[in-house]
Parts: sequence; structure tokens; C-alpha cells
Amino acid sequence: MNAISVTGLTKSYPDKALGQKKAVNGIDLEVGYGEIFAILGPNGAGKTTTVEILEGYRERDGGEVSVLGQDPGALSRNDRSWRSRIGIVLQSTNDAGDLTVRESVTHFSHYYPNPHDPNEVMTSVGLLEKADAKVGTLSGGQRRRFDVALGIIGRPEILFLDEPTTGFDPEARRAFWELIRELKKSGTTILLTTHYLDEAEALADRVAVIANGSIVEVATPATLGGRNNAAARITWVEDGSVREIQSDDPTNEVLRLSQKFNGEIPGLTVTRPTLEDIYLTMIGQA
Amino acid sequence: MRVGFLRGALEIKQFFRQRESVVFTLLFPIMLLFIFGSVFRNTIAPGVTFSQYFVAGMIASGLVNTGFQQLAIMIPIERDFGTLKRLRGTPMSPVSYFMGKAILVIVSTAIQVAILILVGRIFFGLILPSTSERWIRFAILIVLGSICATILGIAFSAVPKNGRGASAVVSPLVVILQFISGVFFVFSQLPSWMQHLAAIFPLKWLTQGMRSVFLPDSFAMKEPAQAWEFNRTILILAIWTLIGAFFAIRSFKWSEK
Repeated sequence: MNAISVTGLTKSYPDKALGQKKAVNGIDLEVGYGEIFAILGPNGAGKTTTVEILEGYRERDGGEVSVLGQDPGALSRNDRSWRSRIGIVLQSTNDAGDLTVRESVTHFSHYYPNPHDPNEVMTSVGLLEKADAKVGTLSGGQRRRFDVALGIIGRPEILFLDEPTTGFDPEARRAFWELIRELKKSGTTILLTTHYLDEAEALADRVAVIANGSIVEVATPATLGGRNNAAARITWVEDGSVREIQSDDPTNEVLRLSQKFNGEIPGLTVTRPTLEDIYLTMIGQA
Repeated sequence: MRVGFLRGALEIKQFFRQRESVVFTLLFPIMLLFIFGSVFRNTIAPGVTFSQYFVAGMIASGLVNTGFQQLAIMIPIERDFGTLKRLRGTPMSPVSYFMGKAILVIVSTAIQVAILILVGRIFFGLILPSTSERWIRFAILIVLGSICATILGIAFSAVPKNGRGASAVVSPLVVILQFISGVFFVFSQLPSWMQHLAAIFPLKWLTQGMRSVFLPDSFAMKEPAQAWEFNRTILILAIWTLIGAFFAIRSFKWSEK
């Protein structure tokens, strides 16, 4: 059985101009245990709505949802056992400023039946030396690590990360990615939303590209959009102007051109589409 | 239960780390007491100084400050900051959250009342209740008043749209209530329409109840009904508590959306 399974998920919001705006328009997803699954899409694509339905924050209009074998929309208010098996890192938080990192992490550990040791968690998110600092004094990256610490203190089977590295500098992002990889090693299933392509590529086992509330494609980062066997683009200069062809066997094409020019081909470039090219095409189509 | 007490401890810790909350909840009433107590040194009835009257009213409005006002401002801020949403995503029971708030109110109310009585006693010759019956009445008013104010504060927290605007919505309401409920002025001297308006809200009844604790029984003649009306006070507070509970359960908001 899968950790997360979603079929035909829909959700609309009241909208002044349209009457109803479809935020999620028939989404299907399967996330296996132990997987890092990324939902990649531009702002407003429906990522957060989808994830918040899975987290049990929002009600859905239609479709089937199962997270750890339970329907988050049908949990009774007193059923806390499902909650203790998931961890949530929300999009942005600004709370607990007057408490220290240690106080907050220790306090949250009391909410769960089988928590990690607070010291171990602060060590694993790299905040041990900040343990006695007030949360309000943390930098943006440290604050996010703090959020993760609270998200994982209860030993969750699934961790939800909603745009975890927005606003990070490159170094902080690399360090954060390392933390996420460590969590995966410990067996945690991770569902990540991001609008950063490189983040999905660096972390995810599989990526779902989402645009306008629909899934455009689900694939591994390496095969997204048929990237692995996409045609190469060859350009060169002939008779003073740039020529361009698309080719599935670029090596033979270059050989042929080389014979034509008796050796060196003027201004030769051979490129394959980058993930970004493919991504932009995909969300443009949707 | 245990988590509820842990939340209470956390709330108190946060309370004392916020300079604004300490100043606002604990020092502000004392400043008012000094100002009003120093300006009005007259006696308003035989054997009743204005400061005696005023301390009774300030204790009553202290319950409204630490219960209603504090929570109705603090909860929208916590909603803005994502505190509530984060808690909602954990297995913590909502009951524990509200228990934590109640503990915060109990502790801050106890400190405020103690300081008011102490300052009143030392600087303004406050006469303390002499009979056990009056102390029992005092305890009942403190407990029921706190419960009522806490629940109304939780209920009202759904009204302010955001944390920044909460104080602007809640504070004027409390100040107006204080003016028309006989905290700053002698209630019997207010225009009768104002007395009738005030009688709808709990603060008027709390101040009257506190007067029945701190003022001589002869003063009861100056009350609108020429009596302390203690039973009616309890009834009105109970009704407001039920109304508050209804709205608190129905419309409490864990996040803005």
C-alpha cells in the first residue's frame, strides 16, 4: 500500500470574478513509503491547497484521499493518533519568538506518544549551538530548521514540507537539502512542494508538475518531459546566417556537417533542453 | 490534562518575557489606581472614600483585562503568526490549548488582584473585607468572573480580522465598558440610560459585586436596586458565560482562511 494515494481530487474557492475558482481540478497521486515526492509548480498552481487537504487542514470538494491508510477529511476531532504519525512544516511561520529553541522543541515532544530526544533532533537539524537562543533571533534558514525540528520531533512516518527553502541563500539551501536527504535515509516519507526546479531535481525521487490545478506529468527528474530522449538542437553558421536543426541522432548530424565543411563547422553548438526549458514548456501548455 | 498544564506553564513563561504584556496587564491598572486615587481624595458616602470605591471597580475590570482583553487580542495575533495552525497540525488536543489560556488568565488575574489590593492597602487606606461571608463572595466573583471573561475573550477572538487590528477593536470596547459600568465614576451618578446600557454587560455586575465585598452594606442603598443583587450578578455572569461558550465553540478560527 502507498503512503499517500489521491484520486480525482477537486477543490474550488469562491472567487469574485468567476464565482468559483477551481484551485484543484482532478488530481491523482501515488506516493510510496520512503519516497521523496515533489510537487513542482508556479505560485497559485494549487500546491498548497493539495497539501493542506492531505494534512487535514482543508476539506475537499471531491475525490478520494488516503494518507497512511486514513482519510484526513473524515477524521473525528478526537482522533489524535493519525496526527501523531505525520509531521507538518508549514509555508511560513512567525511564532514562538519569546521561547528558546530548546523550550519549544521539548514542549512539542510532549504532544507525541513516542517522540525523539529533543537534543538529538536539535543536533540533526543543526541547531544545537542555538538551543538556548530565542526563536525570534534565528535567521531565516535557522528558523526553517527549527520548523523542521518541530515537524520531526514526533517521529513522523510522513513529513510534509511546504516550500521549505523559499528565500534561502544558496548555501543555506544546500545545507537544508542535506538535512532532507538524511531524513529520507532514516525511512521518512517526504512530500515536498516547491517552485524551485533545482530543488525538485536535487531531492525528489519523483516529481509531479502541477499547473492550474492539474497534474501535467509525474516522472523522475531525469525523465521529466521526455528530457532523456528529447531531440538535440544543433546550430551553426552558414552563408553568414545561423542555421538550426532538431535531431534525434546529433552525432551523425555533426559528422555529416563536418564532411560538408571539410572539418571545422563554423559556430557549432549542440544542446539538449534543460529541465527548466522543459518545465516552462509544460506549465505554459497547461 | 498533563499537556494542558504544560501549555499553561509555557503561556506564563511567554507572558513574563513580553514586556508589553507585563506592563499592560500588571502595571497599567496600578498607574490608574495612583492617578485616580491621588486626584479624587474625597469621600463619596459616609465612611466610603473614592479610592475604596475605585479599587473595587479596578479589581472587577482587572478580570476583564486579564481574561477578555488579553485573550481577545492575543489569540488573533497567534492566528496571524501561525501558532494556531501549527498546533492544529499536532496531536495536541484543542482542550489543552484552552486550558493553557485559562491557566494564564488565572495566574495573571491573581497577580493583578494581589497587587491592586496591596497598593490600595498601603497607599490609599483600603479597608479589607472583615467577614468570611464577604471573602467567600469575593472568591466566587473572582472565579466566575474569570471564567466568564476567559470564555468571552476566546469567543471574541474570532472578531478581529487580524492580529494587528485586534487591539484597536478590543481595547476601546473595554474602556467604554469601564466608563459606563461605574469603574471610573460612581455608578449611581451616571445618566440612567447609561446605567441601563451598562446593565446588559457583565462588567457592571462585576463592579457591583466587588462593591458588595469592599464597601459597607449601607452603600447598597446607592445601587440602582437599593440592594447588592448578588444572586442576579451570578445569573448574569452565568448567562454571558453560556453565550460566550456557544460562540467560542461555534466560531473559533484556527487560521485566517
